[in-house]
Amino acid sequence: MAFYFGLLQTIGIHTLLGLSAYILLLTGQLSLAQVGFFAIGAYVSGILTVIFEYHIVPGLFLGALVGGLFAFLVGFPALRVKGLMLVVATIAFSEIVRLFFFNLNWRVSVNGVEVGPDSTQGFREIRFYAANGWDTLDVVLFVWLFVVIVMALLWWLDRVRVGATLRAVGADELAAQSSGVNIVAVKVSAMTGGGIIAGLAGGLYAHSATYVDHLTFSVLLATFAVAYPILGGLSSVFGTLIAVIFVQGVLIEGMRFLGDWRNILFGLLIIIAMNVRPAGLIDGKVVLRIREALGTGKKSGGEGHAETR
Amino acid sequence: MLKLDDLSKHFDGVRAVDGLSLEVDQGEVFGLIGPNGSGKSTTVNLICGVLSATRGKVTFKGRDLHGLPPHRRLNAGISRTFQNIRLFGELTVWQNVWIARRDAPGREAGFIRNWFGSSARTREAIEETLVFADLAGRANDLAQNLAFGEQRRLELARAVAARPDLILLDEPAAGMNREEVEDLRQRILALKHDGITVLLVEHVMELVMGVTDRIAVLNFGKLIALGTPGEIQGNAAVREAYLGSPDSESA
Ligand SMILES: Nc1ncnc2c1ncn2[C@@H]1O[C@H](COP(=O)(O)OP(=O)(O)O)[C@@H](O)[C@H]1O
Ligand SMILES: [Mg+2]
Repeated sequence: MAFYFGLLQTIGIHTLLGLSAYILLLTGQLSLAQVGFFAIGAYVSGILTVIFEYHIVPGLFLGALVGGLFAFLVGFPALRVKGLMLVVATIAFSEIVRLFFFNLNWRVSVNGVEVGPDSTQGFREIRFYAANGWDTLDVVLFVWLFVVIVMALLWWLDRVRVGATLRAVGADELAAQSSGVNIVAVKVSAMTGGGIIAGLAGGLYAHSATYVDHLTFSVLLATFAVAYPILGGLSSVFGTLIAVIFVQGVLIEGMRFLGDWRNILFGLLIIIAMNVRPAGLIDGKVVLRIREALGTGKKSGGEGHAETR
Repeated sequence: MLKLDDLSKHFDGVRAVDGLSLEVDQGEVFGLIGPNGSGKSTTVNLICGVLSATRGKVTFKGRDLHGLPPHRRLNAGISRTFQNIRLFGELTVWQNVWIARRDAPGREAGFIRNWFGSSARTREAIEETLVFADLAGRANDLAQNLAFGEQRRLELARAVAARPDLILLDEPAAGMNREEVEDLRQRILALKHDGITVLLVEHVMELVMGVTDRIAVLNFGKLIALGTPGEIQGNAAVREAYLGSPDSESA
């Protein structure tokens, strides 16, 4: 049981991380900075609950906020670069964040025990859940509460003008500008929103794992973050969730026996999947077929116009 | 209403637009014609802010537009269509219009309502625009699934939805059959009737001669003639540069 509860937490946290990249991909930005915001959220919320003895809710909230703040700051220089250069620039950001935490030493005595980030030794004993008597089921439900909220929020955004505008910028920046869209504001907002979601995911991760160090926040994790929404397709937030379940639940757990070969195989599978289904595993056609199967495919008038298929 | 002063755009030596000065009056349909590569699209791009001028200035309703990005020029009242159709293909017809939609001045919805909500007034206005473009039945279809003629009409609908005072149409009749050109002519006249000023870049002479009040002729980025359709048709320099050329594209 413990294994499945752990897997559920991982899936929830990775879904949030994937969604933080999803919102950026809608505007046509491929960012590997999400792991940087994730690290910031993890350390900030961990420091707040461990050193300052905050409750986890304000801890997570502030971690997400600081993640969003850094994303906002990264958003402006990121406007100047596109495509591969954006990928490189955002990797650089994530690496700077990682190295910062690699060197961060902030040891404090709380109730006679020394706690806090211990540079190369990592940040141990982020024990809010255990210290407050939450059992694993509580934690799983807590994580998924946020997953459901964020998914619902993004799903709803797609039904209002914001969603259409994000997608318009991703489709054709020049046409969007000429249609009155302030693409600077849209891209920076998307980056900030993505930073908040990644920061939240990082905070949840730190408290579930109770231990983080710089190695957690690798380029590999940054790649996973963008791979989920790319695999899942940009038609809907559910694609990202399904991609995470597939990768974390089926690929990674199912192939544990392969040891280190797993990573190579995983990389290969992503490359194959992206080639076979360039619009993602769950592209518009699949969504349409699912809707038809559920009997909701033929919505007419009313709200139908606001939907993106 | 629109004034170009010594407007110039050079691309590494190519003088796409070269010292162009002209004035478009409020409420008129103003034609801009000239051979391929004479700088018509570049002029449109300079007016709507997609390109920045090498020299000269664009004044709109008495305001110098220098340094204003396209979205702020749209808010100032200038919208445009593209010579090569640029729709948001994976969005619905409705969404394409929705994105560009602007409320009437003084009746703007608040930030929250505008971006996160919807109002009956906005829906009605979008429907009205779709009826205008004869796309009412296709609101839920993806733009990329429309036929060519419908895509052209959606470009027009998107530009009209912004409630512009000046609309720039870059070869809107390209690739259209006779009947479609006539529909377009009626739509341009309807815009004029609503008090919208139209700058029409066009190769289809039948349309240009049948709908414009005045015409400017460009050749190698320079203004070579300006006058009523009748005057332009009788102008020798224009005939030589453009109308008279054996392979001119009058439909
Ligand atoms: N982005 C650009 N870069 C370089 N040259 C350009 C560019 N855009 C247009 N030109 C050149 O400027 C000239 C005018 O082009 P354009 O305004 O598109 O003409 P028209 O619309 O009248 O056919 C052409 O010689 C064209 O090759
Ligand atoms: Mg042109």
